[in-house]
Amino acid sequence: MGEFKVHRVRFFDYMPSAISKMAFNFLSERLAVARADGAVEIFKFTDNYFQEKVIPGRDGRAIEGMCWVGQRLFSAGLNGEITEYDLENLRPKYSMDAYGGPIWSISSNSQGTLLAVGCEDGTVKMFEVLEEKIQFQRNLDRQKGRIISLSWHPSGTKIAAGMMDMIRIFDAETGRATHRLLVDRGLGMSKGREVVVWSVIFLSDNTVVSGDSAGKVQMWDSITGTLRKTHLVTKWDVLALSVSQDESSLMAGTSEGTVVQMQFLQSSVEQQERQWVRTRTFKNHSHDVRALVHTDCAVVSGGMDTHLVVLPLLDQVEKSSKEAKLRKITFPHRSLVRCARKAGLLLFQFPDHLELWRLGESEGQGKHGDCLPVKRNPEKLLQLTRKGEDHICCSAVSPCGGWLVYATVSAVRLYRLQYDNNNVSISRVSKLPKELRTVHQLCFSSDSSRLFASSTHSSVVVVALSNPEVKHLHTLKCKSGSKQPLHLLVPSDDGKWLATANADCEIHVYNLHKMKLHCTVPVYSSCPTAIAIHPSTCNLISVHADQQMFEFSLQQKEYTEWSRRLHKEGLHSLWLDRDTPVTRVAFNPENPAHIILHDTFMFCIVDQSLPLPDAQTKFYNQMTLRSLPAAERMRHSHAFKICKYFQHLMTVELLEDHSLVVVERPLMDIMSKLPAPVRQKKFAT
Amino acid sequence: MVEHADIRVVHRGGSKINFRAPVISDDSRLLLCASGECVKVYSTSTEECVHHLRAHTDVVTGVVLRPSNHLQVYSCSMDGTIRLWDFTDAILIKTYVIGQPIYSIYASAQHNGMFHLVAVHLQQSTEQLVEARELSVVISHVSSNPAAIAFGRAGEYLASTKGLQLEVFFLKKQKSNRFSLKEENKKGRKNTFSCVTCHPTDDCIATGHEDGQIRLWRNFSHKKEYTYSTLHWHHTTVGSLCFTPEGTNLLSGGVESVLVQWRYNQDTQRDFLPRLGAAITHVTVSPDGTLFTTTHSDNSKSCYTLTAQALLICLYCSRESIETDLLIDPRSKALVMNGKPGHLQFYSLQRDKLMYNLDIVQQEYIYQSDLQQFEVVKAAFNSSGNWLATVEREQKDAELELNLKLWAFDDQTQSFVLNTTISAPHENRITALCFSPATDSQTTTVLVSSSKDGHFKAWQLTYLQYEGPCWSCDFVGAYHGLVPSCCCFSADGSLLAVSFQEVVTVWSSASWELLTTLSQPPGDIRDLCFGQLSCSKYLLGTSTSNLLLCWNLLTCSCKITAPLLMYTSLPTFAVIAASFSSLLSVFVFKPSEPRPIFSQKAVCSGKVMRAVFAPREEMLESCEESSQWLNRCQLYFLSQHMDLMTFTTKAEEDKLMDSSKQLVIDDTVAMTPFHLLLGKRRKEREDSARPYTAGLPMSLTHVSSPSQLLQTPAHVLPSTSYLCSMFVRSLLISVTDNRSVTQYSYSTNTHSSAFTGFILHGSTSVPK
Repeated sequence: MGEFKVHRVRFFDYMPSAISKMAFNFLSERLAVARADGAVEIFKFTDNYFQEKVIPGRDGRAIEGMCWVGQRLFSAGLNGEITEYDLENLRPKYSMDAYGGPIWSISSNSQGTLLAVGCEDGTVKMFEVLEEKIQFQRNLDRQKGRIISLSWHPSGTKIAAGMMDMIRIFDAETGRATHRLLVDRGLGMSKGREVVVWSVIFLSDNTVVSGDSAGKVQMWDSITGTLRKTHLVTKWDVLALSVSQDESSLMAGTSEGTVVQMQFLQSSVEQQERQWVRTRTFKNHSHDVRALVHTDCAVVSGGMDTHLVVLPLLDQVEKSSKEAKLRKITFPHRSLVRCARKAGLLLFQFPDHLELWRLGESEGQGKHGDCLPVKRNPEKLLQLTRKGEDHICCSAVSPCGGWLVYATVSAVRLYRLQYDNNNVSISRVSKLPKELRTVHQLCFSSDSSRLFASSTHSSVVVVALSNPEVKHLHTLKCKSGSKQPLHLLVPSDDGKWLATANADCEIHVYNLHKMKLHCTVPVYSSCPTAIAIHPSTCNLISVHADQQMFEFSLQQKEYTEWSRRLHKEGLHSLWLDRDTPVTRVAFNPENPAHIILHDTFMFCIVDQSLPLPDAQTKFYNQMTLRSLPAAERMRHSHAFKICKYFQHLMTVELLEDHSLVVVERPLMDIMSKLPAPVRQKKFAT
Repeated sequence: MVEHADIRVVHRGGSKINFRAPVISDDSRLLLCASGECVKVYSTSTEECVHHLRAHTDVVTGVVLRPSNHLQVYSCSMDGTIRLWDFTDAILIKTYVIGQPIYSIYASAQHNGMFHLVAVHLQQSTEQLVEARELSVVISHVSSNPAAIAFGRAGEYLASTKGLQLEVFFLKKQKSNRFSLKEENKKGRKNTFSCVTCHPTDDCIATGHEDGQIRLWRNFSHKKEYTYSTLHWHHTTVGSLCFTPEGTNLLSGGVESVLVQWRYNQDTQRDFLPRLGAAITHVTVSPDGTLFTTTHSDNSKSCYTLTAQALLICLYCSRESIETDLLIDPRSKALVMNGKPGHLQFYSLQRDKLMYNLDIVQQEYIYQSDLQQFEVVKAAFNSSGNWLATVEREQKDAELELNLKLWAFDDQTQSFVLNTTISAPHENRITALCFSPATDSQTTTVLVSSSKDGHFKAWQLTYLQYEGPCWSCDFVGAYHGLVPSCCCFSADGSLLAVSFQEVVTVWSSASWELLTTLSQPPGDIRDLCFGQLSCSKYLLGTSTSNLLLCWNLLTCSCKITAPLLMYTSLPTFAVIAASFSSLLSVFVFKPSEPRPIFSQKAVCSGKVMRAVFAPREEMLESCEESSQWLNRCQLYFLSQHMDLMTFTTKAEEDKLMDSSKQLVIDDTVAMTPFHLLLGKRRKEREDSARPYTAGLPMSLTHVSSPSQLLQTPAHVLPSTSYLCSMFVRSLLISVTDNRSVTQYSYSTNTHSSAFTGFILHGSTSVPK
């Protein structure tokens, strides 16, 4: 007989949105990724590519351009507005209409004083970046046809603008167009079609690099206005270009899903003259590569197929190091599934609606690996469409299943659910305390009597739920004064503790009986990706983005003996090499020594009573253990029991009835829902 | 057994010219290629072989132009020597002895006075460099394949590939960078290197890989910041890579038999030269860039300029085994065997040149591995040479497709024209095919084919009223359900012998009745042949138990059984049977005698693939007993390396030497067949004119024969006293010569009369 009865859930048809634009901040090494639904995600590259912040999208906000100015993030889109984001409250700070029709691109000069936007009506508009806002400065010479792409010369004196069929060079000071570079159209059928200059890059040696819809990457001399070199890279479009900071390597993303590298090389050792030579071709995407970033040691690409691919350049990094591995980020680094453990309900969060499902039931007993017959099919109880234009940023269902809450950047909505055999009745709680205004995380206490909501400055709003009335009880404030938003909010089962984690890597524990801060866990350099409080021992387990794991005793206010031993002996290298973070920690009430963890590709039961594996131990040993006799088995087993049977996990949760819920989202299902890629001739077909 | 000093094995042509990449001279007029133990010099405009550079005693493994003198060439061989030649005049200048087998040679233009050599030893696997005859190891662990090493720009570095590793050795800094690839990439492609070449002016190395990709490596002077780009068109291993001298184009070739021209730094632009006939093994460009040469796996070589192309073919060898066996076309006396896929090649033995390919299958050949296509498996000529029968076969898994085709010789077009196609003549593979010898024009020609389906069929030429002659089945024979293996007609065409496993059945070809059966177990019969002329009463056979069998058909008794280890087929002509034993010695038997009349040990290295007796165009006048069998015919055999070898007598060799001297050509005149003809005549005229003009006693020292003395006008002759002594001396020598000849001729006259047409040589000039 197997250890757990598993509900294998595959009916969460989560669909990530296509990546439309990316901007990399070289100072803080953070990548901002804009998705097609208007959501903006911030990845922290120094912390194992952890998805630090998510700003939910909004209907009609199609982001076409994004850029960092210092630590400020600006975006512009086809709605004609320039938006600055409030990265502390995870919401747009303000939006400003540029009055030039849809905006195709936005670019800031290297000094960070001016923003240039390219508009549909053919104008390049300059905005001055002020302290708390931006202010329109002037228009450059108006052109016929839209401005698709923009790039500043590093000195800030010239701007190159990619248009239809041509590239314009502007003098940034006078606003005059100095050169008009005509771009050849494609051959054959596409001769009659206008060529779109999707991307331009102005290099410091006055070379303008352009990528266009005829599949060419061209190098132009901006002083003489002449074409230097043409690389025909693809039969389709070159959609994105990116250059390394030292301007020796250039990447071009194409509609075929390939990323083509060009390098500025000397033709021989003696000759000093260098030229751009096409070198490597990478294919990690099935669809258009729409956004590219060339960091110092890697190429980050994203596109229609929704993956964010971090491709290390092997000549820049150590071959054996962790950075040398290709990384594909597909799923968000936080859970979109909430589980009502007592009622056996699952809440799926989509950008524009919520789905509430009741799990099925099976009968009979089976051996390990058996499929049990299903007595009752899982059932969708409720589909709740959000109100307003803003997308849902967080949601929660109470463990008893009686309460449902979701939040957008503008509002929080709380619902009371009542089950009457097969009918579900839903009623909105109309009056909510005014403290529930800006909310980043929501959760219910285990007895469903409290609602916790994270608010600005890492504070937590505690709301008491009683049937007729919802009352604000207290606002828990941390003492560190951090302005970063909370991304984890976990109450303990006994209702005494509440643990929070924010983007500053701080973990605070509040005593809910006293309604005050109990302690702060020593700050670790890596961001916590999952935290949980053990129901019986009251130890706080935290797992971080660099795959480290800590156990902190809340009573002693210090790391436990096991945690110290774990760090003294070190985690196994295979554990540290995993490239998706642990997104959930759960406990087995029947065996308090067991901690259940999961990431996208495995789930793991950490048995604290067993010895830790050392570097020589076979780490993934579950298959070999099964073949050994019972006496041998004990000798060979170690603390990490890993199951890779389930893949692409969205969540793993242990229910009250000791059955395990596993929510999978197979990549194949996501791929099959994507539109057809561009047709390519395959050999021997 | 007797060994004969004056008969020796000589190389008569064939041989692989695709073993190593050829070299084109600086003026693009001559092409040098390693061919067996010699280097052949071809003219690129006329396709004629101009010289043979012969001196090596083992396989020549590399030819390279001397960088400091473009009229000289180095060649290296497995015999451990490097030889320097003047190739325009075929003169050996120098020999360097290295003492170890040399697998390949490379020269660099930038190291003046030095002699760079990369020699690879399989045992030690080291690479050595000769500088003024001093060896120094440059790179160890290199591949023995010459395509795996190349000199880089201006001789500054060496690129060497082996397995999955590219090593770049900088000669100035004396350090090397190594770059390794993974064995397979994500898509399961094999990354193993197959060839390497370097750009002439840029720091760029092009490598070919087993999966058909070409990588262009750059920036390799830095260990970490190297980079490469990939070109991909070939679908299997890249066979050869070559940059043009200016470095503007890269040429590549492979199994697809398409020459691909890549524009350097414009990777998407490429040009193709398709349908080159066979897989490309080497591509070379002439130093002036006007001529490309491709060498193919079927042993042909093509030169391409922008407009014209020339084809040099020595002997096609596409497969390991020649399924059709070697045949002699009775009409043209050409050697006939499998040629290009689906073709029969006609190869002139006299001129060592391919005459033409006859398309048998008449289907386009697709160059793809493990794709089964029609192949010519059997062929036979009738005795007059106006009918040719071919069998082609296609094996598709379980089902077998067979076609028997009969070709008539058309006098007007001077080629064979398809007359009849019989599809599925048998239900299983055809094991033997033979024509009945036409004794006179009245008797109809009969073709007999035997097959594994247990039948042999006789096909007869019938004349239809409106359609002319065509072939139809006349008789189907079988014997106790046994599988027939070979068949043979007697010399007069009255008897047909068909072997069924270990039984030989003899049938009357007139009435198709079984006359007798002969059997000599153990072992199945492999070959059958009737004797001819005086030995026509004998039927010869070999069996799988390595016996040579000879039956006297008059008494139906087995006469000779000689235990021999034989593994090649038994080629027969006239009354002589030659057989090759496992020790690679040749025995020549006469059917009537149990003792071999000729034997020679160790005829060639490696296996003998096939052998055939070819009739001579003009009878040889030899009088030695041991070489009489060579008078009317020659025994040709094909070695493992596709070298065509034969036995010659001393007299014949001398004659050849004389004729080859006439072929030395004036360098200033373009090499054309006309020049060869005219030049020969002019030379003759010069030779004959010399006695008249010179008038010196020196010119007459070689006037040896009395006839010449008599023909010369008296006024140009020296004094009689001078001539007298010379005349007497010349007679003295000829006495000893002729005496030995008469002794031999006497002994041969007492011999059996099987050697007809023997002429006593020199008996007219015996002094009284």
